[in-house]
Amino acid sequence: MASLEVSRSPRRSRRELEVRSPRQNKYSVLLPTYNERENLPLIVWLLVKSFSESGINYEIIIIDDGSPDGTRDVAEQLEKIYGSDRILLRPREKKLGLGTAYIHGMKHATGNYIIIMDADLSHHVSANLFYRKQKEGNFDIVSGTRYKGNGGVYGWDLKRKIISRGANFLTQILLRPGASDLTGSFRLYRKEVLEKLIEKCVSKGYVFQMEMIVRARQLNYTIGEVPISFVDRVYGESKLGGNEIVSFLKGLLTLFATT
Amino acid sequence: GDFRTPTSGPRGEGETWGRVTMTKLAQWLWGLAILGSTWVALTTGALGLELPLSCQEVLWPLPAYLLVSAGCYALGTVGYRVATFHDCEDAARELQSQIQEARADLARRGLRF
Repeated sequence: MASLEVSRSPRRSRRELEVRSPRQNKYSVLLPTYNERENLPLIVWLLVKSFSESGINYEIIIIDDGSPDGTRDVAEQLEKIYGSDRILLRPREKKLGLGTAYIHGMKHATGNYIIIMDADLSHHVSANLFYRKQKEGNFDIVSGTRYKGNGGVYGWDLKRKIISRGANFLTQILLRPGASDLTGSFRLYRKEVLEKLIEKCVSKGYVFQMEMIVRARQLNYTIGEVPISFVDRVYGESKLGGNEIVSFLKGLLTLFATT
Repeated sequence: GDFRTPTSGPRGEGETWGRVTMTKLAQWLWGLAILGSTWVALTTGALGLELPLSCQEVLWPLPAYLLVSAGCYALGTVGYRVATFHDCEDAARELQSQIQEARADLARRGLRF
């Protein structure tokens, strides 16, 4: 009987959350940045535009890890332009990693939904609208996918596509994660779900993103998917070298053996 | 599509089946052990079963056939998915024009790039 109680409680609290009217929902966007001086104003502008057009209550939390290129200065200007109730600056002294950036950001988040995305303009942001409206089939997590629907990529050569699809195929076979895109990082979480998952995850970097979905499945959270467009970096360089592949495989095998 | 996670019992590491939790690796090893031992038992007649020769002939190379088939399936699937990987020209174009709009609007609001 005790075990039935445990698996029921996530549903009970989900029902409680359903009772809240849509107007009471607030979305906190966490933007960890490092050297994104060029991209940051653009991504913030796009987010503000999306959110204002849909009349959604939001805040954008910028977690800059001591970028040497003046990202923080640009962030301060954005705060002046849009107001400190919409743009929250919560910087850190040095580059400390994604997981801790999320934890740090969540401490200051006042929303009940958290949106995680990259600040480098790689994700096409108008998908944002799509997300919140259509996928609130009351999912605990909504994950952007490049591999389904009209999701896709732009600016990828054949080699990169092969590696991406090959890696994803391997991931699906080994982990059977219940989501089609594990390494994407454009996601929406309920705040308490994200808190619980971060607590449980031990990996670093983007393997951390994979682990979150895997753990979410174990904890019986529901995951919805939305197609997104991954546009190769407009400003700046992206990295997909041998090192990345090796660390991905290591991460995948670790998850395979431990979850 | 939507993905509903299967209800699989009390939370713990790995998938739960009844009260036993197993990692993916453990599941694979179990599966291989069961299939492997079945194959060995049938092909060596260890259980005292005498299968007709035609069955034996099929059974003996079966693991090799399965391995090759799995390889072909993998290559075929990945190949198909690469070929149908959607190229978002529209998204890229839209992003470009949004960037122009953003830069103009932000400059008007006083942002110094």
